[in-house]
Amino acid sequence: MNEYIIIGNGVAAVGCIEGVRSQDAEGRITVISKERHPVYCRPLISYYLEGKTDLSRMPYRDEDFYEKSGCRVLYGLASAQIDPAKQTVTTDDGKTLSYTSVCVATGSSPFVPPIAGLDTVPDKFSFMTLDDALALEEATQTPKRVLIVGAGLIGLKCAEGLHARAASITVCDLADHVLPSILDADCASILQSHLEQNGIRFMLSDTVERFDGCTAHMRSGGTVDFDVLVMAVGVRANTALAKGCGCETNRGVLVGDNMETTVSGIYAAGDCTEGTDASCGQKRVLAILPNAYMQGFTAGVNMAGGTARFDNAIPMNAISFFGLHVMTAGTYDGELYEEKTDGGCKKLYTKDDLLKGFILIGDTTRAGLYTSLIRERTSLQTINFELMKKVATSAAYSSEKRKRSFGGVV
Amino acid sequence: MKRVYVNEAWCLGCHLCEYNCAFANSGLQDMATALKGKPIYPRIHIEGSDAITYAVSCRHCTDPICVKSCIAGAIRKRDGVVRIDQTKCVGCLTCVLVCPYGALSPNENGVMQKCELCLQNSCGEPACVTGCPNRAIVYEEREEDA
Amino acid sequence: MGVEYLTPEYEVIRNENRCIACGVCVRQCANEVHAFLEGTEKIISDDAKCVDCQRCVSLCPTHALKIVKNDCRLRENANWDNDTIREVYKQANSGGVLLSSMGNPKPLPVYWDKILINASQVTNPPIDPLREPMETRVFLGKRPQKVERGADGKLRCELLPMIELSMPIMFSAMSYGSISYNAHASLARAAQALGICYNTGEGGLHEDFYAYGDNTIVQVASGRFGVHENYLEAARAIEIKMGQGAKPGIGGHLPGSKIVGDVSRTRMIPEGSDAITPAPHHDIYPIEDLRQLVFSLKDATDYRKPVIVKVAAVHNIAAIASGIARSGADVIAIDGFRGGTGAAPTRIRDNVGIPIELALAAVDQRLRDEGIRNDVSLVVGGSVRSASDVVKAIALGADACYIATAALLALGCHLCRTCQSGKCNWGIATQRPDLVKRLNPDVGSERLVHLMDAWRHEIKELMGGMGINSVEALRGNRLMLRGVGLTEKELQILGIAHAGE
Repeated sequence: MNEYIIIGNGVAAVGCIEGVRSQDAEGRITVISKERHPVYCRPLISYYLEGKTDLSRMPYRDEDFYEKSGCRVLYGLASAQIDPAKQTVTTDDGKTLSYTSVCVATGSSPFVPPIAGLDTVPDKFSFMTLDDALALEEATQTPKRVLIVGAGLIGLKCAEGLHARAASITVCDLADHVLPSILDADCASILQSHLEQNGIRFMLSDTVERFDGCTAHMRSGGTVDFDVLVMAVGVRANTALAKGCGCETNRGVLVGDNMETTVSGIYAAGDCTEGTDASCGQKRVLAILPNAYMQGFTAGVNMAGGTARFDNAIPMNAISFFGLHVMTAGTYDGELYEEKTDGGCKKLYTKDDLLKGFILIGDTTRAGLYTSLIRERTSLQTINFELMKKVATSAAYSSEKRKRSFGGVV
Repeated sequence: MKRVYVNEAWCLGCHLCEYNCAFANSGLQDMATALKGKPIYPRIHIEGSDAITYAVSCRHCTDPICVKSCIAGAIRKRDGVVRIDQTKCVGCLTCVLVCPYGALSPNENGVMQKCELCLQNSCGEPACVTGCPNRAIVYEEREEDA
Repeated sequence: MGVEYLTPEYEVIRNENRCIACGVCVRQCANEVHAFLEGTEKIISDDAKCVDCQRCVSLCPTHALKIVKNDCRLRENANWDNDTIREVYKQANSGGVLLSSMGNPKPLPVYWDKILINASQVTNPPIDPLREPMETRVFLGKRPQKVERGADGKLRCELLPMIELSMPIMFSAMSYGSISYNAHASLARAAQALGICYNTGEGGLHEDFYAYGDNTIVQVASGRFGVHENYLEAARAIEIKMGQGAKPGIGGHLPGSKIVGDVSRTRMIPEGSDAITPAPHHDIYPIEDLRQLVFSLKDATDYRKPVIVKVAAVHNIAAIASGIARSGADVIAIDGFRGGTGAAPTRIRDNVGIPIELALAAVDQRLRDEGIRNDVSLVVGGSVRSASDVVKAIALGADACYIATAALLALGCHLCRTCQSGKCNWGIATQRPDLVKRLNPDVGSERLVHLMDAWRHEIKELMGGMGINSVEALRGNRLMLRGVGLTEKELQILGIAHAGE
């Protein structure tokens, strides 16, 4: 009987379990979980603070998921070692488990820069895990002044999550605009003013030079007094485990389209990996939930002897702040088509007869059609792109394609 | 399994499917009471250009990307039907970002909804199909690659 | 305005409590009766444009609409009735010939409704069609006058070509052009499924429908549109159209605006040119010329296709039929004055021709008297509305009936009688692609099959009641009919006794 070990218990692990089970109903699956929770929806932690969800609705799968999948979960094991020669995993409680194949799904960790005086801050948090959210909830039982360092996805979602609980929220970032990893300055300003209208204060192109208890001394010279500090500067892929057993790593664990690392029998999936971005052909860490699941599933299928490839991963994000929706995907490279809409915008980037990427703010109707053009690398000549760029609609496709889509089994 | 299929050759763009859908999912007995004076949030939408129109609803894909992408684990496929647990949905629209057909849309509260083949309401069979005046929408079993 | 103003014929009544402003009526009305009041969710209706086709009424999901006759009427006058006066107004406005569509709507006698059918009681038993076999199949064409034997003494069995029908009904001539592609597709598919025939009319046969050739009667009319060798070859039978019940003695005119695309190709005339059907066949003057055309067509098809000659029911119909029977035709089709049309001058439609019941009785009797009844089959049309009309027609002497209006009703026609506008909201009498697609042939053919199945059941029930188990045995059996409220003369022409006799 095959022995499958999955290190990590996030969405990639679920994908991996379901991938394995699609091939092998018998083999034993062991999940080694650092967190002491069954798999939950990590991106929901801000919604939890906001009160849009609660602990009962946050599990990613049903209560009996592990049992039904024939899986045992070892909770609370912070680290593990893989010995690829012996095909064993040793957990930090000293147990050694042998495996037929193993999947590294260790995710990522918040990166906390060494800012002077950080240790003097009494209430400081990261915002990555459910435990982080629970701790922040506890710390904001009464309205507090919150300083968030980092205006990326995590920082801004945290700001939205804490909005109703906080006396004030200040977000600072070294970058000159919000969401620097997915928005250009132009689009970011639309979002920023929307956030500002909702009471979030920004200090951009600025950073904390040093902390002095509950006071942050900014590089620009000013100071911010706060009660609660959230460090959301960025995340780093957890590559140590894979690196330690000889897997090649860069910013993440390098994987092929089949999710195998450079060491045979060791697979990796999720936020800890660096796979190919189909929109530009380069290796990138694509730390988003859909990719985590799809990578996990692909890894699982291959671990259990099947053949699966996942070769159309692209960066993509759907995120909203106070009712304003922002969607981005792909690479912002090539010719730009731009539309300004009431309170939003649309930007499409085309190159070499392909849609490469887009940014939508406000109207996001049927955005999936754009995403699909990028992922499927659809030749724009084969569709009515003049129509498509104005409205995302399958009316831009040929009637044969529509016939397949809406009259066939897909 | 039986799915809803659309043949644009017969779609008249009358939009009745949208109203029948909204009514079917309203839980009310009378259409005028259910829909009068309110915007509707159907789970099927007429799309098209000047020359053609057709109705778009969930394809219940063999390998649904919305299920894999939902950040709340709210979309699942059971017995061939892709269903959404609206109590879990937080309205992030990731499903909209990935669905290649444009089949999902939010309801009046920003919670996502999609065609669930009228299996969860009192219709018994899809209301869009029953109400289509030109049999442009059908509910039937079709072979893969047919 | 002023003297030219005509009050709308109909009034659109919208129940504002039920209207949900879904806009189906707005989108579906080709006459543009309904419209959103600009910038609002309110829908208003322009009664003047309404033709009472009931498309909006039928599609309104909340049944918020009804259409009623406008009760703004002129002063009562039994001689100058409202419609008569309106027609005068219209002509004074336009100076034109009035055009109408479908059949004669005037309250002229419908003899079918004055004829009653017999049933068996104690003297002979009725037959239960659910338990006993019933034959509804008929064959149209020439029958041998006597049994012949070959030199070897064996029966000679070879018959002239005949049309086999599973029931005594065919869909009568409606041209592609006057009706839509999808209407034709529906008729063709239904005819095939039913084992009967439909008729191309004079518009030619669209290449897509050659596949239904065995169930197709192709028409050769005075315009000769779309007639070529393959067209004749494709058919089950060929019909020479001499006249049409709705407009005897006149030709037709399909405006160039309708001669587009496939219609032009199928008719073999240039796009945009008017399709003028002459009143006469220019090669038929004395009746001998008809014989020449009949045999030209038989020659062209190696005597494998029966030839039908279709005429309108007019005053001398018995003599005319006798002449046709002697021209070599296999089938005579007679079209009564209530027959429909895609467009006809109103005065002609409403005033020319005679009722089919009288024509049929007269023709059948005449051919019997002359001993030539078996040389031809008789098919009658021109408002055959139900299975009982069919049974009465058979008992009066018909071999089969042509139906068209009933078939169109099955396809969705609501008899608004404005086919001539080309804006048929039901996708039948139109060539506008957005309207044509409203008739899905899957639905249309299915409904035609339903209608014919229902009629077949009813025909069997009626025959069974009379103790008759085949259509062949009913044919010409006028003893099965009685008249009510008819004069001696009418009874004499119909060849039936009065009820109670």
